[in-house]
This record gives sequence, structure tokens and C-alpha cells, in this order.
Amino acid sequence: MLSKRLIACLDVRDGSVVKGVQFEDLANAGDPAALARRYNAEGIDELVILDVTATIENRRALAETLRAVSAELFIPLTVGGGIRSEADAEAALDAGADKVALNSAALADPALLTRLASRYGSQAVVVAIDAKRDGERYAVFARSGREAAAREAVEWAAEAAGRGAGEILLTSIDRDGTRAGFDCELTAAVSSAVPIPVIASGGAGTFEHFRDVFTAGQADAALAASVFHVSEHAVSELKAYLRASGIAVRL
Amino acid sequence: MIALVDYGAGNLTSVRKALTAVGAEFFTPAAPADLNGATGVIIPGVGHFGATRAITEDWRAAILASVKQRTPLLGICLGLQYLFEGSDEAPELSGLGILAGRCTLLPPRVKVPHVGWNSLSTRRRSLLLQGIRDATQVYFTHSYAAPITKAAVATTEHGVRFASAVEGDGVFGVQFHPEKSSDAGLRVLRSFVEISTSPHPQISK
Repeated sequence: MLSKRLIACLDVRDGSVVKGVQFEDLANAGDPAALARRYNAEGIDELVILDVTATIENRRALAETLRAVSAELFIPLTVGGGIRSEADAEAALDAGADKVALNSAALADPALLTRLASRYGSQAVVVAIDAKRDGERYAVFARSGREAAAREAVEWAAEAAGRGAGEILLTSIDRDGTRAGFDCELTAAVSSAVPIPVIASGGAGTFEHFRDVFTAGQADAALAASVFHVSEHAVSELKAYLRASGIAVRL
Repeated sequence: MIALVDYGAGNLTSVRKALTAVGAEFFTPAAPADLNGATGVIIPGVGHFGATRAITEDWRAAILASVKQRTPLLGICLGLQYLFEGSDEAPELSGLGILAGRCTLLPPRVKVPHVGWNSLSTRRRSLLLQGIRDATQVYFTHSYAAPITKAAVATTEHGVRFASAVEGDGVFGVQFHPEKSSDAGLRVLRSFVEISTSPHPQISK
């Protein structure tokens, strides 16, 4: 049986891990290679390295950080932030990433998803969607949550899947950094509308939040940053809790 | 030296890093004749079966010749599917046809592609899966899958049960990504390296 995945996100700026609280107020939380090693030892299923300032400051993903992290880790590694072109994706994959996550660039040029999927395979192409509740719908935002994209999240997710994205990394802007729980309604709405896996992000605070997003939220994977960064053994204890709750995980 | 065939189906950085980590000596052949003298051949690959179109007739002939000379061959992911007769994903193309059967799309009642960690059900003793316990979890990412035939040494279920590892007469294949499957994956790669460097590999008791 396919396991639900736990993914640790390392928000990286200038080679250091920072944590974001609703995309503002960045505070330093460690060295990416050291954190990656610890997560791997604890049994994390995947890693995402997000260059959090790349889109805003027009910087490219940090190839050196990728090389350092991928040299000794043999679990899937995704990079996001600042992937604007096929050349950016190539540089990230050559540096050791297995997947690239596209957000603003895919909104600006949806055909980029198709070009990357035909060159590297859909398994290497993740579309990152930042969504904010807007009445009964979910509005998509670009540029790290700063710019309304005039798209609806469920529709954009379906289009991205049709264009060749292999997975969706879905972040609730409302919940990001709040530790109030994932937006299970948003996650379920997207997950039930697309044939490809959905990674839920934004709002993780307790073990119960993960259980809820895997059940009510129909998520295939859950991503968190600070909840894993601050406590040792968080990953292994969370996995034991999920298994006891009847959720398939890799132990 | 193991020949890692690069036919442009995806990025091989991760495979190279994992082979380096298990101490393998390997090279990327520039021409089909370079397979002569290789101690083992690896056909990696991700993405669409149509990517195997880049394995032209001269390469196919060289790969089949090396198998005939009993050079161990390992197909990874798309490389495993290529060992079979073909795939519904690109019905106009032929696989190597070393193994009987065709690859088919996973059923729509589950999420496709099949992405993530899933367990191996081992079926019989295997050189490639030495030291890999039944129910070990490994990392998959694929939409098409190979049928379960007598070559299957492990199966996995996602909507349907399929062959996740195959083995027979010096030919090996894994549908999962050993280079992304942490310690278990490195163990599988190390076994292939040992198979490739040992003249008469034996299944350890």
C-alpha cells in the first residue's frame, strides 16, 4: 500500500534555513545540509528546498546548497523558488534536485510545464499553488503570496495536471505559519479534482493536523517546516502516531 | 566498469551520485561499441516510453549482444519497462523483448502517477534483492507498470499488483528508484555492482 509522505521543507535564503510566518518575518533556523542529514536519519520521506527570496529578488535557486544536500542524501529532493525557465530547471536538476516546483513562472507561462515535462518527465515537474480563501472559492497568488493571479485554485490545479505537472504542492496562505492546522477543505477540493498527487502545506502545528489532512483533506503528502525544525524526533514520533491512527506511513 | 547508458530520458545526476556512493566504477558510453568490455550495463530512464526511441537500432543491438555475452543488465524504472516487449504508452515502439509481456497504464481508481514509498512483496530468492526484507519500502514514480510473470522477484500494489523487480539470466530490473530509496536502494545498487564484478554470483544463504 502506498504510504502517505512526510516532507520537510527547508526555506533557504543566502544558504541558510529560515522559517516563514505568513511569508514575512524571516528568522534563521540552521544549516541546510545539517538539517537534511538529521531529517534523513529520522526517516523523513522527501525534502523540499525553497529559495524563499528568489522570486522576489529575482535570484536563481542556490546550486551550492543543492549540491551539499544531495551529495549524501538518497531520498527525493525538490527545489522551488526562482525556477523561471528551462535553463533554471536544468541547473537545479544538474545540481542534484529530482524535481522542480514552479509557481509564478507557471502562472505566467503555463506551457512551461509541458516543455519541462516532455524534456524531464512529469515526475520532475511540481506545480506549486499558493491559495487564499475567497468566499466559497480559493484565489491563487503569485510572487510568494504578494500578487493576485486572477485564477481559481481547483481550476488551475486541473489545468496544470493536464499540461504535464506530476504533483501539486498546495499551500494555504491563510494557514501558513499559523500552526492552526492544514486547510483540509482546500486540500480535499483540489485532491478530489485532479488525478495526480497533492502535497498539503501551510498550518501544521500538531500530530492531529497531519492525521486530519491525510483523512478529511485527502492529501497524498504533507509538508511542514518549523514543526519539524524545532523538535528532535518529531518525524519518527509523528510517523508512529500516524501508524497508530491507521494511516500508512514508511517506518 | 559499468556502462550507464544515457539516452536523454531524464536527468542522471541522482543515479551517478548513488553509484558513486556505493563505490561503483562506471562510465557513460559514447558509442554502442563502448559496451564491449563493460562489466555491467545500466539502462536508467524516467518519463514517457517514447523516450526509448532515442535508443537507436545500433544501441539496441549492442545491448542485446552484451546480454548474450552474459554481461549483467539492470533496467531502472523506464529501463525495466524497456526490458519487456513494449508499452501501451508508446505502442508503435518495441522494447528489448528480453522479458515476455507488455506494460500497461495503472488503473484510474488510484492516483496516477504512482508517486511515493510503497512496499515490496518479495516472491523468491534473488541476487538483486539480497538483504532486502519482505515489505521493505522503496520510492516509486511512474504511470505504467510491468506484468507479473515468472521473471518477477518482487511485486507492489497500487490499484493493481505489478512487477516491481524482475530477474532472470543476468537481466535485472527495478520499477522503483534505488537512487532515491535511501539505504534499501543503495543496497540494491551495491548488489548489482557485486553481480557485475563477480564472475559467478551466488545467492547468499
